[in-house]
Amino acid sequence: MKAAVLRRVVEAQRAGRDVLLATCLTDGVQELIEAGEASRLPMLDGALIAEVLRVGESRTLETPQGTVFLRPYIRAPRIIVVGAVHIAQALVAIATLAGFRVTVLDPREGFATAERFPGAALLRRWPDEAMTTLRPDRRTAVVALTHDPKIDDPALVAALESDAFYVGALGSRKTQGARRERLGALGFTDADLDRIHGPIGLPIGARTPEEIAVAVLAEVIGALRL
Amino acid sequence: MDQSNSTNTNADPVLAQAAAWLEEGRRVALATVTRTWGSAPRRAGSHMAIAASGDFSGSVSGGCIEGAVIQTALEVIETGEPRTMEFGVTNEMAWEVGLACGGRVHLFIEPVAG
Repeated sequence: MKAAVLRRVVEAQRAGRDVLLATCLTDGVQELIEAGEASRLPMLDGALIAEVLRVGESRTLETPQGTVFLRPYIRAPRIIVVGAVHIAQALVAIATLAGFRVTVLDPREGFATAERFPGAALLRRWPDEAMTTLRPDRRTAVVALTHDPKIDDPALVAALESDAFYVGALGSRKTQGARRERLGALGFTDADLDRIHGPIGLPIGARTPEEIAVAVLAEVIGALRL
Repeated sequence: MDQSNSTNTNADPVLAQAAAWLEEGRRVALATVTRTWGSAPRRAGSHMAIAASGDFSGSVSGGCIEGAVIQTALEVIETGEPRTMEFGVTNEMAWEVGLACGGRVHLFIEPVAG
C-alpha cells in the first residue's frame, strides 16, 4: 500500500466520507474509490461499489486478473443520546470505545457540559429542533434517557419517523405504558411503538448507571449485528 | 455553549497508528484478513499494523497467529513485496501455529511505503 493511500483512507474516515479500497491480491496493486466515483477496473461497476459501501462488509471478487479484495471504509454507526444524565456519561465512554460515533443532546442548563462529557459531541438544544439537523438514518440508534416527556417524547417521535436501527427509552413498564398512550395519541400505530425498546437494555439485572450503560450498549449492538 | 460535532468522527485506530508510525519515519507493514471460514474470530477487513521494531496494533485472530504474522510482516518490510498467508486448524498438542477455534483465515500482508 502506498503511504498516500493510507493517509487518504484515514483522512476520509476523519472527514466522515465513505471510501472503498480495491486490492489485487496477486500483485498488491490498489485503487481507492470515493463513494459516488467510478472505478478504473471494468468488473467494479457502480452498482457493486454502491452495494459494498451500503452493506459495509469486505468481500473478495474472482476476476480474470486474479482475486480482488474489496474493503469498504464507511462511517461508524452513530448513537444519539438524549439526556446528558449519569447513565449517559458511562454510555458515551463505552460506546466510543466500541467504535460508535456519539452525540449527546440535552437542552437543560448544566447537563451537556464539556466537564461532564470530556471530548464528546454535545448539543444543548431541544430534540425536536436538533433531530431535524441530526437526521437519524438506518445506521443510527436513538437512546432517550431523560425520563422527562418534554425532552424524550419529541426525540422518540423523530426517531420513529426515521429508519433508526434502534430506538430505546429509559423507564419502568408503567412509564412505558404512559408513553405508549401519549405517542399513540399522536397517531403512531402499535407496530411503530413496538420499535421502542423499553425498559431499555438487555435484562442483566443492571443496577448502577455504569451497569445500565453496558446493558443499553449490548442491546444496541444486538440490534445492529443480529 | 454549543459544541458541534468536532470530535464525532473516528478513523480506524489501527490505520491511524500506521499513519502515525509513517509520520515518525518508521517502516510499516499492514496485515488484513481477506477471507474467513468457520468460527474465525476476526472478520474479513480486520487490520493489524506492524512496525519494523516489532511494535504492532490491532489483530487478525484471537491472538493465536499474531506472532507468526509479525515475523512475516518484518520480512515484507525488508523485501517490499506483499505476501498472502493462510492459517487453519492446528493440532492442539503440536507446536505449529494455527487457530485453536477451528476456523480458517486468509491474510494479505503488504508493505506501506512511499
